Order: sequence, then C-alpha cells, then structure tokens
Amino acid sequence: MSKINTLEDLNKAGKRGLATLIPSGTKIMVGMATSGIASGAQDVYHALDREIRERRLDIILSRTGSMGMDCMEPLVDVLEPGKPRLAYGKITAKKAPTLLEQIAKGTIETIKPFYRMDEEESIILGKSKRYGDGSVPAYLKEIPTIKEIPFYAKQVKIATRNCGLIDPESIDEYIAKGGYSGLYKAITGMKPEAIIKEVIASGLRGRGGGGFPAGIKWKTCREAKGDVKYVICNGDEGDPGAYMDRSVMEGDPHSVIEGMIIGAFAIGSHDGYIYVRNEYPLAVANLGKAIEKAREYGLLGKNIFNSGFDFDIRISKGAGAFVCGESTALMASLEGAAGEPRAKYIHTVEHGLWNRPSNLNNVETWANVPAILTRGGKWFAGIGAQNSTGTKVFSVVGKINNIGLVEVPMGTPLKDIVYDIGGGVPHGRKFKAVQTGGPSGGCIPEKLIDLRVDFDELWKAGSMMGSGGMIVMDDRTCMVDIARYFIEFLESESCGKCIPCREGVRRMRDILEDICAGKGQAGDVELLETMSQAIIDGSLCALGGSAPNPVLSTIRYFRDEYDAHIKEGRCPAGVCKALIKYSVDSETCTGCGMCVKVCPTGAARGEKKQPHVIDEATCTRCGACLESCKFDAINVK
Amino acid sequence: MAKCIIDGKKITAPDGTPILQAARDNGIDIPTLCSHESIEPSGACRLCVVEIKKGKRSKIVTSCLYQVEDGLEVDTKSERVMNVRRLVLALLLARNPASEVIREIAVKMGVNPQPRFKLDEDKGKCILCRLCVRTCADIVGVNAIGLSHRGPSKTVGPPFDEDSSACIGCGACAYVCPTGHILMEEKVDERKIWGRRFKMKACDTCGRYFAPLDQLEFISKKTGVSVADLSICTSCR
Amino acid sequence: METARTDERTKLREIIARYHGEKSSLIAILQDIQEAYNYLPVAILKMVGQEMDIPLMRVYEVATFYNAFSLTPRGKNVVEVCAGTACHVKGAINLLENLERELEIKCGETTKDETFTLEQVRCLGCCSLAPVVRIDGNIHAYLTQQQIPDILRNYRK
Ligand SMILES: Cc1cc2nc3c(=O)[nH]c(=O)nc-3n(C[C@H](O)[C@H](O)[C@H](O)COP(=O)(O)O)c2cc1C
Ligand code: SF4
Ligand code: FES
Ligand code: FES
Repeated sequence: MSKINTLEDLNKAGKRGLATLIPSGTKIMVGMATSGIASGAQDVYHALDREIRERRLDIILSRTGSMGMDCMEPLVDVLEPGKPRLAYGKITAKKAPTLLEQIAKGTIETIKPFYRMDEEESIILGKSKRYGDGSVPAYLKEIPTIKEIPFYAKQVKIATRNCGLIDPESIDEYIAKGGYSGLYKAITGMKPEAIIKEVIASGLRGRGGGGFPAGIKWKTCREAKGDVKYVICNGDEGDPGAYMDRSVMEGDPHSVIEGMIIGAFAIGSHDGYIYVRNEYPLAVANLGKAIEKAREYGLLGKNIFNSGFDFDIRISKGAGAFVCGESTALMASLEGAAGEPRAKYIHTVEHGLWNRPSNLNNVETWANVPAILTRGGKWFAGIGAQNSTGTKVFSVVGKINNIGLVEVPMGTPLKDIVYDIGGGVPHGRKFKAVQTGGPSGGCIPEKLIDLRVDFDELWKAGSMMGSGGMIVMDDRTCMVDIARYFIEFLESESCGKCIPCREGVRRMRDILEDICAGKGQAGDVELLETMSQAIIDGSLCALGGSAPNPVLSTIRYFRDEYDAHIKEGRCPAGVCKALIKYSVDSETCTGCGMCVKVCPTGAARGEKKQPHVIDEATCTRCGACLESCKFDAINVK
Repeated sequence: MAKCIIDGKKITAPDGTPILQAARDNGIDIPTLCSHESIEPSGACRLCVVEIKKGKRSKIVTSCLYQVEDGLEVDTKSERVMNVRRLVLALLLARNPASEVIREIAVKMGVNPQPRFKLDEDKGKCILCRLCVRTCADIVGVNAIGLSHRGPSKTVGPPFDEDSSACIGCGACAYVCPTGHILMEEKVDERKIWGRRFKMKACDTCGRYFAPLDQLEFISKKTGVSVADLSICTSCR
Repeated sequence: METARTDERTKLREIIARYHGEKSSLIAILQDIQEAYNYLPVAILKMVGQEMDIPLMRVYEVATFYNAFSLTPRGKNVVEVCAGTACHVKGAINLLENLERELEIKCGETTKDETFTLEQVRCLGCCSLAPVVRIDGNIHAYLTQQQIPDILRNYRK
C-alpha cells in the first residue's frame, strides 16, 4: 500500500473507498458491533455468506458498526444499484435465504425493511450523496425514510457520523466519507495556534463528564513547559449502562485517531495513548487494525503529509477498575501501577503521564474534532445550546421501547428523547425518572421532563451529563434501591486511598441496605445528607467527590419513597425483597402450572386448572414465577 | 514569597510552602494523621482539610498538599471543614475501635462515635495512612510492604500476606506508624516483625544488640561498606 | 519439577519480550499471563518481579488492584453476570441468585469440578440487550431464569 503524502493521494484513496461504500453491484451490510454479535449477527453473516457462495450470487457482503437502533438487532442493510438503501431489523440466520430470494425478485414481500435511506449523508463533506439517480421505485414508497421514523427524525450525527455506514476496517471508506481531510487541512494549512483557536471557537466541551472546554485544555498543554508531551484518549467508559464510546471505537475508529493526530499537532506531541476498557475486546481489535492501516498510509508515524510532523499511537488495555477513568488514575495505570488518583492541585496538562504535560480527552470529544476542522468551529457552535455546543451521544436504555444509541443536539428536551426517540415506557407502565451521569449523576424525575439536556441544565437539576448514559426507569424501579445500587458500585470501585470515600461510602451503603431491608431508622435520611456533604467536600478525587450524588438526588425528588421504606416498611415499587410479597391473582390465574414448575422452593403450588397460590413463608421473591407467567397473574406488592 | 491570610492572620511564606506548614509556623494548629515531615504528603486521611477562598469561589483542600498563594484566604475551622473532620473521625472510630490515638483526637475535637456505624473487628489499628509504606519504599528503599487490594478491602502488609522475604527488619514502619498497628517484638538477640524473626547483631565494641543482621547486609550491599565495618553501634562509633 | 520451572520461565520471558521488558507494561504482561494460565499463579508473579526487576510488592499491588486479575484458579467456563445499571433495573440480581443456586456456589467462587466460575461485571456495553450474562466470552442476551439450566448444560458438555 502506498503512502498518502498529498491531497491527490488522499482523494485516490477516497475514490477506492467510494467504490466499496456504494459499489456498482448489490451490497449487504451486517451490523457487527458487540451488541449486534451478541444478538446473533455473526450467525446471520455466516448464513448470508454461505448462501451467496452456494448460489454464486454477485453480492458483496460487508460488516459495519451500529446505527444505534440496537433494539432491532441483528441489523442488515441492503444496497442495490439504483435503489435506496434498505434497513432490515431482527434478521436471523434462518431468514437469510428468504432475504436473498426477495432481493433477487426485487420485492419486499416476506421481510419488510423498517426504513429506507434515499441518500447517504456526509457531515464532514457537508453534503449528501443520492443512491443511484435518487428515484424511489414504487414498491418502496410505503417504507418510511430514515428521517420519517421517530427514532432518527431528531438525531444529528457528528461523533457517530460513520457508525453503521462504513466498514470500520476500511480506511478507504473512512476517507471516502471525508475522513483525514480535516487532518490534511490542519497539518498542511494551519498553524497549531490557529487549530486551537478553531476548537475554542467551536465551544467543544469534554464529553467524558466534566465538560471542560477542549480548546482551552489544548492551549494550556501547548503552553506547558516540556519537550515531551502526551496526547491521551480516555476509552475507559466505566459508567455502567453506557456504551457510546464503545460504539465509536468499534464502528469508526479512525475518527478518534484522526482527532488525536490533529490534537497532537496542535499541542506539539508525538506520542499518543488510547486507554481502552478491558471489557471491550472488539474495540481494542478494531482500533488496533485502524492504527496499523493509518501507519501503512503514513498518516501515523514519521513525517505525516510531508510536514515533518511525527506522531504515533499505542493502545493500552485497562484491567477492570472504574476509577481508572479518572485522569490521574488513568495515567498511573498507563505507567503500569495501581490506579490510585492523586490530588489535582497540580494539573495533568502540566504534570501528567511520567510527570510530563499530558492532554486527556474522551473518545467522543476526539471524534468530534475532525468535523470541527473541516466544517469550522463556527458551524459546530451553531449546533446545540448556548454553552453546550454541538451534539451529545446518549445510550438510552432501561425501561424504554426503542433502546439504543442516539445523537442529538445539546439542549434537546428530555421529553423528545424519552417519548419521540425512545418511544416511551414499555408495557403501558408509568415513566418515573431518567438516571443520567452514571454513578456520579442523579435521577431526573418525571416532573422535569421538559428539561433541555445540556451540561448546565443537568447540573442545576442535581445530576450530570456524565458520559451519556440515560437509564429510563418506570414505576417498578425503586429509587432507594437505585441509590443503594450506585453506592454499592462506588464502594467496590473506590480506590481506597482516602478515608471519606473508602470508609464513608461503605457506611452509606450499610445504611441504605438497612433501609431496603426494612431496618431503616428515623434520622437516617438526615444522616445520609450530612455524610454526603462531608464526603463531597473531603474526598481526594471526583469519584468520592460525586459519589453521594445518586443518594442526594433521589432524596431530593423521591423523599416519599425513603419515608415509605423507613416509616411504613413498604417498597412502593415492589423491588426491595424484604418488604414485598408475591401472590397470585386468582381471577387471572388459569392454573397452567408454570409457576409451580419454575419456583425453586416449592412456594408456588396448586392443582392444574385451579387458581394457584404462593406460600409466603417459603417464597424467596426470586421473581421466577413473575417472569414466566404468561397471564400476568402474579402480583408483587 | 506568598502573602496570604490564615484564620484572619496575615502571613508571608516562601512559595511552595504547604498551607499546613505555613499555619503551624504561625501557631495555628491543624490536625493531621497521614503527614510526616520527612515523607512526601499523600493526602490520604483528609483530616487536615481547610477552606480556601480565591476571589468569590471557595473550596475545601488538604492543607498538607495545597501550597500558599498570593491573596489566598484560608479558614482552618469553618463549618464545612469541621463537618469533614467530624466524619473522618467518626469513620475511624468505627473502623479502629481499638486505637487509643484516634479516640484521643476524637475526644479532643468533641466527636462522638456514630451509633449507626457498626464497629469493625478485623482492621486492627491501621487507618491506612500509608506512612509505613512510603517509609519502606522511599526512605529505606526496600519495598517489603505495600498496599494491596482496593476500596474497603485495602490492606497494608507484605506481598501475598506471606512473611516478607524482602523485609530487613529495620522497624522503620513500626516507628512511623501513628496508631501503633505494626507490632514489633524484641527479645535480646531477636526481633519479630511482619511474621518474620530477625537475628540481631551485637555491637563489636559494647556488645549491645543494636540492629538486625539483614539490615546490616542490606546497607552493606547498597553502600559497599563491609558488614564487619558496620558492626559498631551508633553510640560506640 | 526443575524443567517445568525452566519451561515456565521461558514462557514468561516470551511474554515479557512482547513488551520489550518495559516496566510500564506490567498490566499488559499480567493480562497475558492470566490469558495463558487462566489466573495469576503466585510462583509466576514472583518470577515476574525477578525478571522485570520490579519489587514483588509492586507486582502484588497491581495484581490485587484490578478486577480482571484472579489470584486463584478459575473454572473452565467463566460466567459473568452483568451488574450494570441497565441490567440491574431489569432484574440482574435475580439472575445472579439463580446462577448461585444452579451452580451451588457464591458469586466469586468456582465449582468443585472446576467447570464454572461465577463472577459479576459492571456493564458489558450491551445494555440494549439487558439483562445479559457473558459465558466464555459469549453474550447471552435478554436472559431469563428459565433459560439458565439449558444454557449451562451446553457449557457442561
Ligand atoms: C471516577 C471517574 C471516572 C471517570 N471515568 C471516565 C470514563 O470512563 N471516560 C471518560 O472519558 N472520562 C471519565 N472521567 C472523566 C475524566 O477524568 C476526564 O475528565 C475526561 O476523560 C477528560 O476528557 P474530556 O475533557 O474530553 O471529557 C472519569 C472521572 C472520574 C472522576
Ligand atoms: S475519592 Fe475514592 S477513589 Fe478518589 S482517591 Fe479517595 S478513595 Fe480513591
Ligand atoms: S494530613 Fe493531609 S491528608 Fe492526611
Ligand atoms: S448494564 Fe449490563 S451491559 Fe450495560
């Protein structure tokens, strides 16, 4: 493979990429991100592959990342010459032959696509490319376009621009979508100071949680004393219930790499690190391959674009420690030590990795950078809200219909995310709250559903942006249990260095456990509040410094649930095992015997065809009957 | 030189001086548990917190680490500060009920045990101030003991909870421990620490047993001075 | 015995050489050792200290700090129950308790026949498929208690 030194070389690679991205023949793409594979995409891929070969079909089969609608996985996209691109959801290996037959016949009779795309957008190039001549065959008119389905209608994709559209292993396809043109522009035509100015103008704030302005951080690092500087990407994504960064690293690794090269050039660094979570093997693999490809093309290594600038990247795998997402702990871990944070009175931009100036940004932050360079800081600043520009990727999960990854402009009302994009709460239950900000965040109650989601509004509501996890909760989610859950998480993830966090969080967990077990005492809530303030003030790092947030925010909005537990020994949501009872609704029970079969303790009993009963004394509230009853006859109170 | 105000008192201190030292030099007392003049501060105990004000923003910092700055206003006893200290002590009273040192400080500060905290039975007197670990690593240079595990399971001790083969029996860790958690038993010609017994060397001049043989060998290896030349106790030298 | 030791040392040296013996690669080296042995044997950790000239205490600190490392042998199949938030609100705790009953071990333990080790992880990044359990690297999505016996049977084979 020849090196890319000039714009001409870059354009040539782009042409090659376009030829596979929108080929002259038929192409089938299978969504092969981790969640796709977990839902069976691998089998689908193999089945399609086998069929295509056996039938000697002239079809190109390729892999791609995830477009975000994960509840429809496995996802298969079909692109035939001259036709719109069609997206099929929930495709199984068994359906593969049918799908191929249908393509051969030119119909959508048996398996219906759930949307069509008439054109492919490229946010970097600032234009769209129509598939074929842009006409839509009559039989496809009934299929909604991607912009017509509520899940996508309000989304604007910048950070996840290529996920699910390109083959993450193809650098040419990345280039065809305008990739590395931002780098070209930066390195060959701009002074480092001008690049930083552009990033400052964009208003881009860190997507890893803190929301610190990226351009300012770069500037401080550039100005910091030292010949050797480091540029680091935080791919630790420790917040449970969040997977935005995984999706980007797996589905579009070059966007992160390109962002880092631009940043390194602006800061004056020649060594980069990507710290990836241990639980993300596919992200590590795809990043590794992408780095190799970028090296082959000379986009990493010596003398990039003949500019005399050298830069290379190494991947470092985490080993399972949430605290290693914290900047100083991450750097300790990169140095090969236990990930203990240190006091940040001395900033890492001046004294970071190996005590040298180090600039750390989150995956999504980096992925935004190439777009800012090509489209300009002003363009980016025009999207989103006043002090929170651009877009944010959220993983909308939990008790919600359309589970998936969404990217919306900052300032989008929470209501739009939950109801329009997310499609509301399933099983006709009542929406209760959204948890944002991971373990450092809080719960936004139903009454604040009109809140516009950006850094400052979330903060005002007692929560945080965090990395972008949004866990939707319904009336069957106990808010005391959620507080207990996060505190228990943080207890086990505390590094153990400082006393307020190590000992204080543990004692908070004891108290919350008592409350959930019906052993709460009068004054517990007040004690939790006093402890919270001392832990926030007294902890060494932001893990302890924000650990009480889930407790404080649930007390603030759901004090009644705490009181119900403590004063009445009742768990209104029916979650806390010590406070609930399982029973059978004799009206709806058909006596099918399913609960009897699954109950591990023999507490569920009854004659066939007669209403069953649950013996309270032997019932362990394991939920097996609830889960298996087809008639919704099990009551939990 | 930096000019700042601590508890209303105008103070000048050389740049780079931690607030803790600047305060103490001026007769203002701040309680500490994990700081020691010859060991780099780690900021683990959080007892030394103070509230600082720069312009309108105020925040809580550890005085052992935070250095004086021009125009800084420091309050060493604000309500927020005391709330942190009270919690730290209540937590330690529950973690180390056997520690007299903790009890004394708590009494002095008027902190009572929090009845909602169950007393630990397995932590001994160790408050994880890490002074012993830092001494062993940074001062003695042996790395015989360290901090293993994390979070609430964090413990101080030799690797694999075995007798430490690296230990030279110098006893510096026991000396520096503020609560007396580390046990060092001494018989005339033998010392026991971290589960290991160390033969003591008698002074060639006065005959008093003065140091473990392992320690002399360690020093000899490091400095190139023979063990024989090291076998005279400090008082006879 | 002696040759076994030498073999192990050779194997370890190979692993260390992958990272050019860099001390900062200690975590990666331990990961590779765990990959090779399925856990971190004490004897090997002691060798790591010697070979890399790192105090044994530092090796032990790192080996015990990170969740991914195990100092005790693990079973043939590692069962990891996701305890991330999305899985938690969808009843992951019931799955865990069910697995504890089925395998007759507590979370963190290994069955006597060394077939299974039961562990908890924090989010596998497949929150859209909650609740999930990962066995031997395979993710089982939308898992119900009812499916557990059949799934375990497949791995017992
Ligand atoms: C306990 C803790 C965990 C964190 N985890 C992450 C993480 O998983 N990913 C991340 O990008 N930032 C994480 N952060 C934030 C980082 O410390 C840091 O602010 C961020 O990576 C900087 O990048 P940004 O400015 O681009 O957001 C964490 C912070 C704390 C205190
Ligand atoms: S706040 Fe928690 S995680 Fe941070 S240093 Fe203290 S103990 Fe460690
Ligand atoms: S003395 Fe400052 S934190 Fe312990
Ligand atoms: S919460 Fe279980 S996979 Fe994320």
